Amino acid sequence: MPETMLKVAGLHAFYGESHILHGVDLEVRAGEVVTLIGRNGAGKTTTLKSVVGMIADRRGSVAYGGEELIRLPSHRIARLGLAFCPEERGIFASLDVEENLMLPPALADGGMGLDDIFRLFPNLKERLRSQGTKLSGGEQQMLAIARILRTGARFLLLDEPTEGLAPVIIEQIGACIGELKAKGFTILLVEQNFRFAAEVADRFYVMEHGRIVDEIAIADLDQRRTDIEAYLGV
Amino acid sequence: MDFFGIPPQALFGQLLLGLINGAFYAMLSLGLAVIFGMLNIINFTHGAQYMMGAFAAYFLLQYGGLGYWWSLLLAPVIVGATGVVIERLMLRHLYKLDHLYGLLLTFGLALIIQGLFQNEFGSSGLPYRIPQELTGGQNLGFMFLPNYRAWVVVVSLAVCLATWFLIERTKLGSYLRAATENPALVQAFGINVPRMITLTYGFGVGLAAFAGVLAAPIYQVSPLMGSNLIIIVFAVVVIGGMGSIMGAIVTGFGLGIIEGLTKVFYPEASSTVIFVIMAIVLLIKPAGLFGRVQ
Repeated sequence: MPETMLKVAGLHAFYGESHILHGVDLEVRAGEVVTLIGRNGAGKTTTLKSVVGMIADRRGSVAYGGEELIRLPSHRIARLGLAFCPEERGIFASLDVEENLMLPPALADGGMGLDDIFRLFPNLKERLRSQGTKLSGGEQQMLAIARILRTGARFLLLDEPTEGLAPVIIEQIGACIGELKAKGFTILLVEQNFRFAAEVADRFYVMEHGRIVDEIAIADLDQRRTDIEAYLGV
Repeated sequence: MDFFGIPPQALFGQLLLGLINGAFYAMLSLGLAVIFGMLNIINFTHGAQYMMGAFAAYFLLQYGGLGYWWSLLLAPVIVGATGVVIERLMLRHLYKLDHLYGLLLTFGLALIIQGLFQNEFGSSGLPYRIPQELTGGQNLGFMFLPNYRAWVVVVSLAVCLATWFLIERTKLGSYLRAATENPALVQAFGINVPRMITLTYGFGVGLAAFAGVLAAPIYQVSPLMGSNLIIIVFAVVVIGGMGSIMGAIVTGFGLGIIEGLTKVFYPEASSTVIFVIMAIVLLIKPAGLFGRVQ
């Protein structure tokens, strides 16, 4: 079994007075694609943000490659080789597409070159001079993923990359994640689109009320389908 | 040859004065815009820091024997360093609070700094000489142009455009613009945003101090020089709109010129024209001429 890259244990997170995560435990092994599923407000996004240090008030343990992250500021966490792609995509309006793409500093050697990025997302190459937020939703999502691939990060945290996108774009994003997996990237994904998640993920964690309540391997997917539907309320 | 009954000497003389004032409005409102963009704080200490720049030049000469050119280099660094200390010790605790808190703190600091200097040096100004190289002037035929004043206009324009270039056209500037929009995400990409905020404040304060050194030979070095200017500069910022770099530069120079022209054509209104414009702009376009509605 591959080594554990990320080990989260007893993670609590707070936004001001509200207690969002109530002791999250999860593990992601090298080369895996792991998906967090659960209803809105279950704490999926907060879990990702706590791992990368974007939630100031967090307690418990987040270990990456054996190093404890819980007390590190987010820029030091990033430099260990973790890259985050937020749900709202976080494309900067005051930067053009090229500036957006080049913004995240290189974190490690072996980042994807621009040629590879444009092969993966040919649309971006045509639009380098456009204002970042003038891109379509799908193009913004591609840009948001592309810019973290440049950095050399080997561990990607993607928050709902398919949200609000047309099926053809979702397919393209799915192909991209498949390719990243083949290249050995480790991915922790938050996804509402279960059909999409089922195609790319190795394992699922189900979240409810700020806790992990279940873990499902892809092999058990069919026999657990009724459980999953109950969890997601569909 | 007259313009609307105004002798050209008077017209161009006032235009030049307007340009000089505009140069200071532009440099100071630029610093305010840069600071506000990154720190979300309206830096009321700006006028006092401009004054400290002029005093730094005075001290460097009196006690260090260092002349104008050294001061132009060193005063912004020294005063900028005091800004870094203020940011680290005080301002950084206020970022999550309403603008009002930053405004009150920096306003209080301005009063303290100004009071200390006034206590020590009184309210009358100390003389500071024009550097040897820039004394004298050119007779342009239609007017006499003092070399030092021409230098102030040129160098402030250069500093403003260099700042614009730095922010709008460089990699470092893209970090700044991005962090102005979404600091948490920029930091999560691995950029040390807290340090960038500190240095941005130091830079804005240094810009004010640079303007202070430029001003020292024109106005006198006086504890009140900043408070006289800063009220107008805030009106300039309101007119131009917070957060636009080019807007701050254009509005600064433009309003200086308008003020100068008002002195020629209707002198009674020259001290209020900027505030009249401010009121009109607030009514028609509350975000300012170049401002983005948040």
